[in-house]
Amino acid sequence: MAEIIVVTSGKGGVGKTTTSASIATGLAQRGKRVAVVDFDVGLRNLDLIMGCERRVVYDFVNVIQGECTLKQALIKDKRHENLFILAASQTRDKDALTVEGVEKVLNELKNDFDYVVCDSPAGIERGAHLAMYFADRAIVVVNPEVSSVRDSDRVLGIMASKSRRAEQGSEGISEHLLVTRYSPKRVAEGDMLSIADIEEILGLPILGIIPESELVLQSSNAGVPVILDDKAPAGQAYADAVARLLGEERPMRFVEIEKQGLIKRLFGG
Amino acid sequence: MGLMDLFRKRKPASAAVAKERLLILVAQERAQRGGPDYLPVMQREILEVIRKYVQINNEDVQVRLDKDGDQDVLELNVVLPESGTER
Ligand SMILES: Nc1ncnc2c1ncn2[C@@H]1O[C@H](COP(=O)(O)OP(=O)(O)OP(=O)(O)O)[C@@H](O)[C@H]1O
Ligand SMILES: [Mg+2]
Repeated sequence: MAEIIVVTSGKGGVGKTTTSASIATGLAQRGKRVAVVDFDVGLRNLDLIMGCERRVVYDFVNVIQGECTLKQALIKDKRHENLFILAASQTRDKDALTVEGVEKVLNELKNDFDYVVCDSPAGIERGAHLAMYFADRAIVVVNPEVSSVRDSDRVLGIMASKSRRAEQGSEGISEHLLVTRYSPKRVAEGDMLSIADIEEILGLPILGIIPESELVLQSSNAGVPVILDDKAPAGQAYADAVARLLGEERPMRFVEIEKQGLIKRLFGG
Repeated sequence: MGLMDLFRKRKPASAAVAKERLLILVAQERAQRGGPDYLPVMQREILEVIRKYVQINNEDVQVRLDKDGDQDVLELNVVLPESGTER
């Protein structure tokens, strides 16, 4: 039976899709059977970040509405044969996702996979709620910035009261923070909330710290999840986060200011 | 320490300000969470009523719902201005 992991944040543009793509790919690299599902109806993007946008034939809503089978809609990753992508629908009908429909698809996925990673849309509306509703585990993506921190606390509150686990009174969703776009230099200058600050404000364990990195944009441009760039600090940090998800202990890296060599300073890192 | 650092030390670091604001806000929002939806509306109406008599700011009225055993206790805190400022 698969574990369902939601990647959520409340605030938009903080790195949910980047994270979903890298975490799913990382779990697949570690031999797990993984499905990654785009819940952002109307704003499909996970396919682009995963580099499979030209192979989307059917989507999530097609499966729910019985227009194709789940098997037909799942796109096999070109790099890992145990990783599959389910694209979001581009329909403008925000009600296309239903609780029953989502439950049916997730139940079917749970039989075939070890992990189902759900990439949530921004906000706290229907799509975001459905993405978190059936989750066993949540990765709350947060940027070291006031509105992102506040929004993630709101999302945590909603998960604590409006998820299925909460409604059934069973053990709650296990929650982790993933801090992305972290800049040790700006923290040292006193202009960015530190990891300790965020931990103190939100009171949750930190799964990983992903540094701000230009290579993330390059990876998106190429349609290759950044975790596959083993020279990119952000990619290495995602690999650490995946290891921690699997129960391994890893020290946090990329939290200190990097001593840059002259070449790197001249040509950028 | 360079000259720039001297300048920088004058202002409190903005991250410290952010942290203080967030600690207060998050605590406040958590306290309201799970409470009935009418709380914010009620808070606004109480504010309006008090304003008929004295000039107060939005943050001078705090409404909180606390649990005391199996009773819900509504705590209302109003900070009134110094005397002599009545309308
Ligand atoms: N560690 C990072 N360093 C630099 N840029 C990053 C990092 N993580 C994400 N970004 C950039 O931030 C932008 C938003 O990322 P992404 O699309 O993953 O966010 P999102 O939370 O899924 O957004 P939305 O809420 O719209 O779904 C992208 O341009 C991405 O390249
Ligand atoms: Mg996204």
